[in-house]
Parts: sequence; structure tokens; C-alpha cells
Amino acid sequence: MTDDTNQGIPAPEGHAGLIDTDYEIGQDNLETQVGPFGVDIHNPVFLISGLSIVAFVFYTLALPEQSGEVFKWLFTKVTTGFDWFFIGAADFFVLFCLFLIVSPYGKVRLGGADATPDYSYVGWFAMLFAAGMGIGLMFYGVSEPMSHFSSSFGGTTVVDGVRTDWAPLGGAEGNQAEAIRLGMAATIFHWGLHPWAIYAIVALALALFSYNKGLPLTIRSAFYPILGERVWGWWGHVIDTLAVFATLFGLATSLGFGATQANAGLNELFGVPVGQTTEVVLITVITSIALISVLRGLDGGVKILSEINMGLAFVLLLFVLIAGPTLAILTGFGDYLGAYLQYLPALSNPIGREDVNFSQGWTSFYWAWWISWSPFVGMFIARVSRGRSVREFVICVLLIPSMVCVLWMSVFGGVAIQQVVQDGYTAAQEASLELKLFKMLDVLPLTGITSLIGIILVIVFFVTSSDSGSLVIDTITAGGKVDAPAPQRVFWCIFEGAVAIVLLLSAGGLQSLQSMVISTGLPFTVVLLVMCFAILRGLAAEKR
Amino acid sequence: MYRKIMIPLDLVHHAAQGKAIATAVELARIWKAQLVFVGVTANTPGALAHSPEEYSEKLTEFAANYSKDIATSAHAVVSHDPAVDLDSTLLKAVQKTAADLVVMQTHHHRVTDWIWPSNGGTLATHADCSVMLVRD
Repeated sequence: MTDDTNQGIPAPEGHAGLIDTDYEIGQDNLETQVGPFGVDIHNPVFLISGLSIVAFVFYTLALPEQSGEVFKWLFTKVTTGFDWFFIGAADFFVLFCLFLIVSPYGKVRLGGADATPDYSYVGWFAMLFAAGMGIGLMFYGVSEPMSHFSSSFGGTTVVDGVRTDWAPLGGAEGNQAEAIRLGMAATIFHWGLHPWAIYAIVALALALFSYNKGLPLTIRSAFYPILGERVWGWWGHVIDTLAVFATLFGLATSLGFGATQANAGLNELFGVPVGQTTEVVLITVITSIALISVLRGLDGGVKILSEINMGLAFVLLLFVLIAGPTLAILTGFGDYLGAYLQYLPALSNPIGREDVNFSQGWTSFYWAWWISWSPFVGMFIARVSRGRSVREFVICVLLIPSMVCVLWMSVFGGVAIQQVVQDGYTAAQEASLELKLFKMLDVLPLTGITSLIGIILVIVFFVTSSDSGSLVIDTITAGGKVDAPAPQRVFWCIFEGAVAIVLLLSAGGLQSLQSMVISTGLPFTVVLLVMCFAILRGLAAEKR
Repeated sequence: MYRKIMIPLDLVHHAAQGKAIATAVELARIWKAQLVFVGVTANTPGALAHSPEEYSEKLTEFAANYSKDIATSAHAVVSHDPAVDLDSTLLKAVQKTAADLVVMQTHHHRVTDWIWPSNGGTLATHADCSVMLVRD
């Protein structure tokens, strides 16, 4: 960089409360040529995160059994020891978001008082969803309501004073109607306000400190109110590296889930053998498709794919609604929403829980999963949300997606449960997690077509996650620069696929993935709590 | 012969584009053409500016440096993803500015051009007007 362009960060413009700092975006970057490729990476975040991920991957390859044991131990330790922390923190995030909607801070506009939105509502929502839940909705849409319904119906079992059943709260032994309500409430709880509040906080913190304060679009910027100029040093490096870790392992988990489900679907439809070989081939093929999307950029790749997928998902939703017991589902929607609100206080209680398996094995795992995804989804949401007011932003990121999730779960879970209680069709109930969706579609008309749409949805969501994940990791490891050379994104995209494959192949398979997610989610919960404080400080300095 | 010459400019690395800028200025002087500096920025804060507005101001300032004996102007374009969308953004800018000649710095041919063609090469392939590529 030449002297005449090195003008640092100029004085605030007034309408947006710019932060006055001498840090220049990209000043710590290495801009060089590696072979034929130009690179522009943050020193040392790129190197540290890249190398430690490689070291980690080698460890799992070299000592699969030992690493499997370690991951299992870590998983149990964190979910059983810190469940109260995850559950309590997530409750706080929801309350904080609701406060922002009603507070005068809601008037602040991201990108300055006169900013206009970059994307239309349709494109914006499609991208929020594809990044935020995507594969998960496909994987758990049928299986989770079904699991909670079954375990609630089965009631509680106590061995040596400890609950060994997986029922949420006290279950609803033998009471079918109540078991359905409790099962749906528990599912909606995991997919409703809490996850979206987690995303909203990270996204808001990043958008605010980037668009309004003029700091680089990386996680560390949200810590400026607390750490000051130290944020550009080792404190910041650690925070950003942590975010890269969380994003990469979070993505790998969902890629693993996606691969097993796509495999199950392909087996169901075309008899493709189920096994690690197929899964590895799937991850490789889909990562290659993601590469094309990566090279087409934000507007030409992720945005278009997200919109196509939202359209397809809506068609599938509508089809299941019409082909299934329509009236029962529609009345169910209101009933389940009521059940959610009714059970919400008990389900979100962080301490003294008796339903240990449910609160640790489901809720605690979910919260850790959403949190580990939050740097990725949050950064992506921030990237596409310039020009929205804080109130509009929180309503659109918290309330509307939550309602869509309620609808999705009511339709997919509702139909599957009705199949069991009304028709005595239990194939979906008995099938393994990744197969439940396809078993449910089996007894509806046009099975071949709907199952194919299901598989396409899983694959395209897989592609959008992988693509937007590469975009986010690349931005963080380029010190907040969004115009770093495209080959870097290609590198991260391939890297994500490779990590997913290695974790899938190592002893313990998905269990390994899950434990990695949990362990990155824990430190990031602390990061999120600090972000809430930073958001308040940041908003207070803005013109309302 | 030419009335409006467009020069795509990387404001951060403009020092590396000295030869192209000098060429464009000289051509503008010869043909008494207007010289438009086109800069592409993301909507996120970058090394030079916090916002697209601020970037635009800096580009205008830069263009004014060359306005001694030729007419200059600045045209800043916001791209959601400049790392990938640069080519299409510049092509749109050619139409928007109604330029009849583009003068642009480009690098020597290298292996990666097969996968990632140079921006200058792509512009020369697709633009409707004449494109002059200046080797560094």
C-alpha cells in the first residue's frame, strides 16, 4: 500500500456514530503471490486457524480410536456439566432481542440513518433461511416431533433416582393428545425463538460495528467497546480464530447430517447402497457443486440457489399440507403454537431439571449447535442486512423465521404423528433419524417425486451452507476484507468438505462431529454474552 | 475519435496502475475526450472508506487530480461481492457511463487464467466498445 492511500480511518460523518481508530482494514494482511495464485490473508489468523485445523484432522486420522474416545468424553462432559449455562444463556438472548424490538434503539438503521436495503424481502428471507437452518429442517422436520411424541407417550422411567427416559419435562404417559402437544412444543422450542435470537445477536453486533462504526466485518470488531485498540492484537486474533473453528466444525456437522440423509433418501428411492463410501462420494460431489456456486459469487450463487430452494421447500410444504390431513394440520398449527407458549417457561428453565436426558441430550446439544453456527450464520446475515432498521431486523430475524419453523414442524411432524395415531402407520416412527422424512412421504401420493424433491432440497441446502460458509471463513481470515482473491474461498470450500469426510470416517462418526461442535459452542457462548453488552454500548452512541 | 474513455481503477492499489492511468490521460488529451474513473467497492468498510458514500468521495477526489487539462469524472459502483462480480460490474459500468473506449491495466498471461481469466481479458471479450489493455 502506498503512502498517499494510507489515510487511516477518517473522522466520523455524524449520522452514524463511527468509531475513531487508527486501525486500517487490511493493515495486518499478507498480500502476496503463492505460485500462480494471488492471496490476501490476515496474519496470523489465517495461518493459526488453518494449521490447527490441519493438526486436528491429522490427529483424528492417526489415532481414530483414541480421538473417538476423547470426543465422546468431551461431549458428555460439556453437555452434562454446562447444560445450565447453555440453557440460561439462550433464554437471556431471547429476552435481549425482545427488549431491542420495544426499546427506542429499534429506530437505529444499520448502515447509517439514510441507508437503503441491499436486498428485497424475498431474497433476504431466502438467504436467512438457507444459511440458518437449511439441512436441519429437512433432517429433523419429521424425526424430532416424532421422537419427542414417542418418548412423551412412553412416560418416565427412574433408575436409582435418575431419569433414564428421553421424554421432555414430565412426559405424558399414555395420554396421546397431550403427548402430541408436548412433543410439538419441545420441537418448536428447539427451532423457534431461541436459535434465531442467537443468530440475531451475532448478526446485529457484526452489522452494527461494521456498517455504522466503520470497523472491519469480523467477529473481533464487536469487542471494540470492551477491549478498545487491543482488539486488533492477540485478543482479536483469538476471537477470530475461535470463530473460524466454530464455523468450520459447525458446518462439518451439518454436512455430515446432510450426507447421511441424502444417502438414506437415495437408498430409499434408487437402492443406492448405504455406507461410508457413498457418503464420501456425496460430500465430494456436493462440495464440487458448491465450488461452482462459490465462483459465481453472492448474487449469482448463494442468492439464486437460496431462492430456488425456498420455492421448492414451499412447494413440498404445501403438498404435504394438502395431501395429508389438511384440517387436522391447520387446527394443529394453532394448538401447537399454544402448547409451545404454555410449555416455554418449563422447557427453558436452566436449573433443577429432572428430564436430564432431554435437557442435556437435546436442548443443550441444540443450543451448542446453534451457537457454534452463529458466527457463520450471523456474519452471513450481517452481510445481507445493510439498510434495515434494528427493529425491522430483529422482527425479521427473530419472529418471522420462528413462525415459519412452527409451520414447518406442524406440517411435517403433524402429518407423521397423525399417520401413527390415526392410521396406525408406524414405519416413520420406527425408522432411523435420517429416514423418517422419506418414510412419512411414502404413504402420501406421488412418493417418487416428493422424495426426489426432498433429496434435492437436502443437497441444495448443503451447497448453500458450504458456499456461504466459505464466504464467511474467508472474510474472517482475510481480516474483514470481502474482496480477497476468489481462490481463497475455493480453498476453504474444499477444506470444509475434507474435514467433514475425515470426521465422518473417524471412529464414532457423527458423534465426533457433534462433540467438536459442542466444544466450540461453549467458549462462543461467552463471546455472545459479551456481544449483547457491546450491542447496547454501540446502539447508545447512534442517533435515534 | 473517442469521446469518453473509461478507466477501471483499484483505488487501494492505484500505484500499480500508473502506466494505464498515464496512457488514458494521454489519450484523453489527444482526443479531447472525457476520462471517467470507475471504482468498484463493497458495501462493507474497507481499507479506504467506511461506506460506499465515502468511497465515492475519495474516488471523486482522485479523479480531480487529473483534471488540469482534461475533463475527468468519477463513477463509483457498489457490488455485493466484488471478489467475484468485478467483471460483470465493470461491464455494466461501460454501458452506464456510455464510454467508447476502456483503458485498463492487466497482468501477463499466467496458468490460472484458464480458470480465472484476467478482468481485462473478460472485459475485452464482452464489452461492446473498444478495450485497450496495458501490460505492466
